[in-house]
Amino acid sequence: MERVPILKIGQTLFVSIQIDLQDESVLQLQDDLAGELAATGATGVIIDITAVEIVDSFIGRMLATIGSISRLFGAETVLVGMRPAVAITLVELGLSLDGVRTALNAEKGLKLLGGNP
Amino acid sequence: MDELPIVTGDDIVRVRQRVRSAAASGALSLVDQTKLVTAASELARNVLIHGGGGSATIEPVLSPAGRKGVRITFRDDGPGIPDVQLALTDGWTTGDGLGLGLSGARRLVDEFDLSSSPGKGTVVVVAKWSR
Repeated sequence: MERVPILKIGQTLFVSIQIDLQDESVLQLQDDLAGELAATGATGVIIDITAVEIVDSFIGRMLATIGSISRLFGAETVLVGMRPAVAITLVELGLSLDGVRTALNAEKGLKLLGGNP
Repeated sequence: MDELPIVTGDDIVRVRQRVRSAAASGALSLVDQTKLVTAASELARNVLIHGGGGSATIEPVLSPAGRKGVRITFRDDGPGIPDVQLALTDGWTTGDGLGLGLSGARRLVDEFDLSSSPGKGTVVVVAKWSR
């Protein structure tokens, strides 16, 4: 199983998913991120899915769960870089990703988190 | 024709990759490729989690009207689905998901056929055509 790295820049945790996501990798990311949030006290999380070719109901649900977990640690999560084909498919699939904020790209995501990384 | 086993989480990723390349060769648009791969991901996970493992067979097909497409057959020898109509309802779940797997997959493809009976496993056949 491949692991998704988490980078801390200022008060923000950056997660850029560059692998073909296996269910176990998503669950591991959830654990790792909760640990990082607890250890660092970060106030924002940016998840970049520019390279993600598909988001199915499991991956979508896990992304929403990561948003909820982050909130319990006082951090806001922004999902950035969704591909147009992924967005169209998600809507048709019936997933609304309630509870996760989204932005077009990492720069706009950062602005949403309050400007300063 | 390409038959892939679905026994581990890795296999779901492999099915997605093979469906992606079959869909690209089948002249499906990027959006349609993404829809088919997403549907395949849902169905492959069902085979693994609910069917206890099985296989996916991917084949290029030609519609009667001459359009290219891809057909995928998912098979498992699991416990089967007692009430197929109910299982295809949005929001119906075995308890660990959102209940969008089967119903969502059906919306993402052009053809969807499910046959299952208790104790005899489940076969799901889906197809998507180029436009």
